[in-house]
Amino acid sequence: MLRALNLEPQKCTGCLQCELACSYENEGVFNPARSRIKVFSFHDEGRFAPYTCTQCEEAWCVHACPVEAIVINAATGAKEVVESSCVGCKVCTIACPFGTVNYNQATGKVIKCDLCGGDPWCAKACPTGAISYVDLDHTGLDRMRAWARQSPAGPASFNTPRPPDTPAEFTAQD
Amino acid sequence: MAWTQNVLRVDLSSGETLREPLNMVWASQYLGQRGLASKYLAEEIDPAVDALSPDNKLIMVTGPLTGTMASTGGRYSVVTKSPLTGAIACSNSGGFIGAEMKMSGWDMIIFEGRADTPVYLYVENEKAELLPADDLWGKSVWEADQRLRRKHQDPLIRVACVGRAAEQGNLYAGVINDLHRAAGRSGVGTVMASKNLKALVCRGTRGVGNIKDPLRFLQAAEGGKRVLAENAVTGQGLPQYGTQVLMNVINEIGAMPTRNMREVQFEGAHKISGEAMHEPRSSDGRPNLTTNAACFGCTIACGRISTLDQGHFTVDNKPEYWGASGGLEYEAAWALGSDTGVDDLDALTYANFLCNEDGFDPISFGATVAAAMELYETGVIDQQETGGLELKFGSAEALTRAAELTARGEGFGKVLGLGSKRLCEKYGHPELSMTVKSQEFPAYDPRGIQGMGLAYATSNRGACHLRGYTVASEVLGIPEKTDPLSTEGKAELVKAFQDATAAVDSSGLCVFTTFAWTMDDIAPQLDAACEGEWSTEKLLEVGERIWNLERDFNLRAGLTGKDDTLPRRLRKDAAKTGPAKGMVNELDTMLPRYYEIRGWTAEGELTAETRQRLNL
Repeated sequence: MLRALNLEPQKCTGCLQCELACSYENEGVFNPARSRIKVFSFHDEGRFAPYTCTQCEEAWCVHACPVEAIVINAATGAKEVVESSCVGCKVCTIACPFGTVNYNQATGKVIKCDLCGGDPWCAKACPTGAISYVDLDHTGLDRMRAWARQSPAGPASFNTPRPPDTPAEFTAQD
Repeated sequence: MAWTQNVLRVDLSSGETLREPLNMVWASQYLGQRGLASKYLAEEIDPAVDALSPDNKLIMVTGPLTGTMASTGGRYSVVTKSPLTGAIACSNSGGFIGAEMKMSGWDMIIFEGRADTPVYLYVENEKAELLPADDLWGKSVWEADQRLRRKHQDPLIRVACVGRAAEQGNLYAGVINDLHRAAGRSGVGTVMASKNLKALVCRGTRGVGNIKDPLRFLQAAEGGKRVLAENAVTGQGLPQYGTQVLMNVINEIGAMPTRNMREVQFEGAHKISGEAMHEPRSSDGRPNLTTNAACFGCTIACGRISTLDQGHFTVDNKPEYWGASGGLEYEAAWALGSDTGVDDLDALTYANFLCNEDGFDPISFGATVAAAMELYETGVIDQQETGGLELKFGSAEALTRAAELTARGEGFGKVLGLGSKRLCEKYGHPELSMTVKSQEFPAYDPRGIQGMGLAYATSNRGACHLRGYTVASEVLGIPEKTDPLSTEGKAELVKAFQDATAAVDSSGLCVFTTFAWTMDDIAPQLDAACEGEWSTEKLLEVGERIWNLERDFNLRAGLTGKDDTLPRRLRKDAAKTGPAKGMVNELDTMLPRYYEIRGWTAEGELTAETRQRLNL
């Protein structure tokens, strides 16, 4: 079963533990400037949002790379940069519609999320569950559960069907 | 080994910047941040120096765990001699600038002298340069922040900045970083502005490595996070209500200083509490609180982000205040609210925004307004003196107008910027100033929490809750419950809290972790990260050394044991209501014992044995 990083911005507090974990796993230092996942703060709205590579199926970066330095890890589905092949041309950083492939001045190569080989450190480090690593086919499961929770309670046989003109009483929580 | 071992020395008079190696002997004795910078300051300046002269120095300093994955490991401190108290000042802040400074490769930045014209320091990794700040001078923190971002074309810079209050000589101006986090107390921002230094701008891409035992450190940090998550205060209370979780609790036990500390319970507490911040407003149906927010690396996330009602009288024609920003912490809510008798939540939030926007301490400001209100109500000052301000207790209009004037140092705001002590002396009523060593009290009345009286009287930076928070034990039962109305064992309790806190403040961690963590949770994280051996015992010894170093600085600065006192009101006027009804603070029964266990003389001086024992 393939998994995906599931990001829930409404749970994010902007603490940057994910960036610290990511940079440590990849670079051996605590360095948000080299993190593959980034947390953005929308100050005036009081909102934080983590963002990283979604591991596109038909990945623009893979197609754009002239030296085949971005390869697919069959076990995780991650698109991984092969450092020894990367020539630092940056075409992938232009090709990616989401901006999640980035150039590293220190090495002259690009960096992007590789799902840590199937055990992403950002998800482990997140204290609020804003980042989780879930079944790729069911990234919407938590939201479905939240809606399901608000459906009528009580033993099924006691429930009478709702008249068709009654508006739904519940609203989305997220 | 967690320290970068780099000190950046900035001579503002000559414009030169210089790298020098960190004194590692001192690091082994004083750890980092508060302790280490205090050692540098004590060695490098004459404690009797005029705090606002070029001979004073200002140190921005990180701890060894700043910038690491340890929870709350993002703290930095600003250490200098205070213009408010004449004592050593150390103000601690979270946000992100401390970690950014460390990521740039610096443990500490020492500012000396005074620039001829306004400047700011731009640090990008090893590069450090002083740049002109003429266009930033006279601008608020928030506007200067925007201008710096436009100029550097870099959204990732971090900024620590002084506002107009500091420029105008307000004696309790702070250094604001990341728009709404503050090295807030004792006028450290005033010193920064006196040096013509407007801001520190930082951008670090080197990261923090050099961890002694990385695997052990990651495990210790992980264990620490688990403890925080499972604790009721750090795992639930603080994220949900912030420090404002205390408002109703402290009011209940009758330790909520009210109307310039005339009373100990505030009838409007429930309207300005953490719970109230969650309630939808009747006006626009939205709550005051927008979200909670974390400082760098913090898994507690107690920070409040609030949004004002656009129709509130303070901002109905000011859209620039309609966005979300740093909301009320307990101390600000108390000082701006209960101490002035104002129970209008959005008015307090607006005043708090102004404190952040122009960089002045809401505790000292609120308490100074409270003193002015008492002077006004007793007829000592009138509207002619206040420039038309009707300074009545409970007036949200007066409070917010006073905040606007103080932010800009205009009119009566200039007088309010002197602080409560100087204001009350100016009008011939020093007894109405609720201060210790000229610094205003925080939000715990020592008649209802006896140990706090001793903690305030002996605090090395004047009245302060963050130098020995015995509230934890006396009210919350952390680590064990003691009777808040008894003086028994409080000398020992105060000393233990003071020493432990001095160590935590020197580590790079936030003192709020100690609602859940003991030193036994902190020591393994430091020991795994830092060169040397860092046990609980060693940390407590380091804490005691720091405490005595600060004390020694203050004595050399001219303070004496006579300054270890409380205002007459708290020693003579009994609490009128609540569990402490009929009680005063019994400082005199606690202080001699405290001196004794500190190893000080009956006059509060360090003995030769104490100096020798602590290697001072």
